[in-house]
Amino acid sequence: MAQFTMRVFRGDASGGGFKDYTVEPEEGMVVLDVIHKIQATQANDLACRWNCKAGKCGSCSAEIDGKPRLMCMTRMDLFKPGDTITVSPIRTFPIIRDLVTDVSYNYEKAKQVPPLRLKPPEPDGTYRMMQEDIDRIQEFHKCIECFLCQDVCHVIRDHEDKKRAFAGPRFFIKLASLDMHPLDTRDRARFIKDDAGVGFCNITKCCTEVCPEHIHITDNGIIPLKERAADALDPIVWLLNKFRGQKSRQA
Amino acid sequence: MAKQDYETHEHDVLVIGAGGAGLRAAIEAAAQGVSVGLVCKSLLGKAHTVMAEGGIAASLGNVWPEDNWQVHFRDTMRGGKMLNNWRMAQLHAQEAPDRVLELERWGALFDRTKDGRILQRDFGGHRYARLAHVGDRTGLEMIRTLQYHGIHQGIDVYMECKIERLLKDGDRVVGAFGYWRNTGKFVLFKAKAIVLATGGVGKAWRVTSNSWEYTGDGQSLALWAGADLLDMEFVQFHPTGMVWPPSVRGILVTEGVRGDGGTLKNTKGERFMFNYIPEFFKGETADNEAEADRWYADKKNNRRTPDLLPRDEVARAINAEIKGGRGTPHGGVFLDICTRRPADYIRKRLPSMYHQFKELAGVDITKEPMEVGPTCHYIMGGVRVDADTTAATVKGLFAAGEVAGGMHGSNRLGGNSLSDLLVFGRRAGLYAALYAKDFGGQLTVDSSQVESYAKDMLEPFTRSGGENPYAIQADLQDTMQSLVGLIRTEHELREALKRIESFKHRAARTHVDGGRTYNPGWHMALDLASLLTVAECCTLAALERRESRGGHTRDDHPYTDDSWGKINVVIRQRQGALALSREPLPEMPAELKALFQERK
Repeated sequence: MAQFTMRVFRGDASGGGFKDYTVEPEEGMVVLDVIHKIQATQANDLACRWNCKAGKCGSCSAEIDGKPRLMCMTRMDLFKPGDTITVSPIRTFPIIRDLVTDVSYNYEKAKQVPPLRLKPPEPDGTYRMMQEDIDRIQEFHKCIECFLCQDVCHVIRDHEDKKRAFAGPRFFIKLASLDMHPLDTRDRARFIKDDAGVGFCNITKCCTEVCPEHIHITDNGIIPLKERAADALDPIVWLLNKFRGQKSRQA
Repeated sequence: MAKQDYETHEHDVLVIGAGGAGLRAAIEAAAQGVSVGLVCKSLLGKAHTVMAEGGIAASLGNVWPEDNWQVHFRDTMRGGKMLNNWRMAQLHAQEAPDRVLELERWGALFDRTKDGRILQRDFGGHRYARLAHVGDRTGLEMIRTLQYHGIHQGIDVYMECKIERLLKDGDRVVGAFGYWRNTGKFVLFKAKAIVLATGGVGKAWRVTSNSWEYTGDGQSLALWAGADLLDMEFVQFHPTGMVWPPSVRGILVTEGVRGDGGTLKNTKGERFMFNYIPEFFKGETADNEAEADRWYADKKNNRRTPDLLPRDEVARAINAEIKGGRGTPHGGVFLDICTRRPADYIRKRLPSMYHQFKELAGVDITKEPMEVGPTCHYIMGGVRVDADTTAATVKGLFAAGEVAGGMHGSNRLGGNSLSDLLVFGRRAGLYAALYAKDFGGQLTVDSSQVESYAKDMLEPFTRSGGENPYAIQADLQDTMQSLVGLIRTEHELREALKRIESFKHRAARTHVDGGRTYNPGWHMALDLASLLTVAECCTLAALERRESRGGHTRDDHPYTDDSWGKINVVIRQRQGALALSREPLPEMPAELKALFQERK
């Protein structure tokens, strides 16, 4: 097999540029293997994050030929031998060094999400939930927090001014999973609209496209949240729900 | 050298490691009203727990009402070949159901039974379907639940921070010293109590399911601080890791595949596990295919399939098949679920296995068998702790989860790790907080000790002509893989010790390029110290135990020896040298012993 040229971003907040490395391919290699090989043999200070190497932990997010992807799940046989493959850090977040970025924005947003507030248990002290009532939320729970959806979201990527009042797709599905939780009693409508800024999303579905867990972020998460925020703040719907004595739920 | 001022943080309880055990410990300590710091090497939520697949073992009795803590206790002890600390195994079996229900109250969504309770699945060595699970991504659900519960408990989280040394004042631990991975700057923690929850040692082997983080940090920190380690010879090789392509070799294939009906086959198409049923498990294991297949649905009238023998037995059997020439050309055996269960069932129950094989190996597991072989997965041994309080043998130090030893004896059953993290994570947080509340006097850190650690840590930058740390790690991994693997023998273990000695000399002369900002080469150079320490401990203990039991198989001592069944191998560091001793296993009380006589 012909060698690959990996064009890897090297640098930090003060600047940097792309550097080419030539790597001998091996069967079944993924981009992360190549980065590790460069680390082990050519540049032991090349910075990247990784943990599981199997698409379960969401650490090794990068932009490969400009596309946000997990390095561990991007096979080298996607590319033609002799190709030059560009690997750069996810662009939306401030760079720390090489392929590592400062993703603390996401951890700050996580803290703001109003947590679960449980209803009282059944008389026997336990809780019951039916599988069909949690199927939808289990989809959201597949999220590995790779933050590729946050990286690709136009609102975060291109509008620094909106970052403060916008949670981003990862936290929309977090909010949706709490809001659709069969045991939850908290009303998050105001938070979803005002603090999480769901209205800024204009449903371009870029987040859904890059999700390595194939979560239907927009259709199953964001759109129901938008409806929920609109309904809950509509006085008539609010009154109806109040009389029904339950929180309005999305199907 | 002039005394420097380092960034300093002070807590009542400092938890090192933020996987299941560390998060659970931090949550419990915070609930006791003390100030809690939680340090982790990676970002929060990325610890090894996230990779756990099959489930959490707990005798909820939702699928089989016959199940209870006594049965779970008995299975755990037998799985560990009776070398477990009985009290840990008892507490674990008794408390696991509450810990699982607690996770549910914190937002975890386990798969459900038809009547809306937590569904439980079959796993190796467990008499009843016992594992609460979410498809095959249970660890993700668990860590995310703990993480999102934890961030609202007032815990200070220090992400991408690595602890290099524990600090002592006299005979008690009073702090920790380390660095921020992001900046390379040093950071000092003063703490009344420290909980180690750092996980395992698997990165010392070439073929492993473990990530870069598993470099034996906690075991080494404890040892260097004067604490005892025990059972370090017992390393679990999970029977089913991926074997092909080479880049994915070692990645875990959940035992849930077999729990959900998958079966191991050699290249002749034989279900070879029927040829490897040990005397110890004969009474409870099916000896024919028909009975084994009936067992999934009817556990009262049938014995368990040998595909679900404990992991040590299955790993040895696979190894023997491969050595006997009945393995695949890639050096594995077949794991077949496609001919045994419908495609949609497989995709529903094992979605991440489906995804992992499809994307990384180009194999559709609903149509083709998987190729699997043993992979280094878990260490049963670790820091010696008091069963009830998780206190190590040094004052102020506690340990929970994989870093602690004793709970699993010589072999851990699948599913017992996640429950271990919750049960003993909670206990560690509780007793560390209580200890901190009773702490008398000042927190005094010896600044000259700190200075000398700081100086050592920076040496790889200044040495000229030193060696690449990655090369040393690679040589260590090859040595442990070939000489301290699944099957061991005295002359190979002695050869391994010789090589480890030479690696230690090389590790003292590493050189790294670049600066201190997020420099993995430097991190690796520092991690070598703990990695080599645990590799040496495992090898020494393996040499000492002249029998075969659980995760320790000696080709030159192939039988289980009852006199060794009453002994733990303990390692401690005294005057800079490692000292081994054989110490008696705590004696199980009569009422628990009776559980083993009731039925075979």
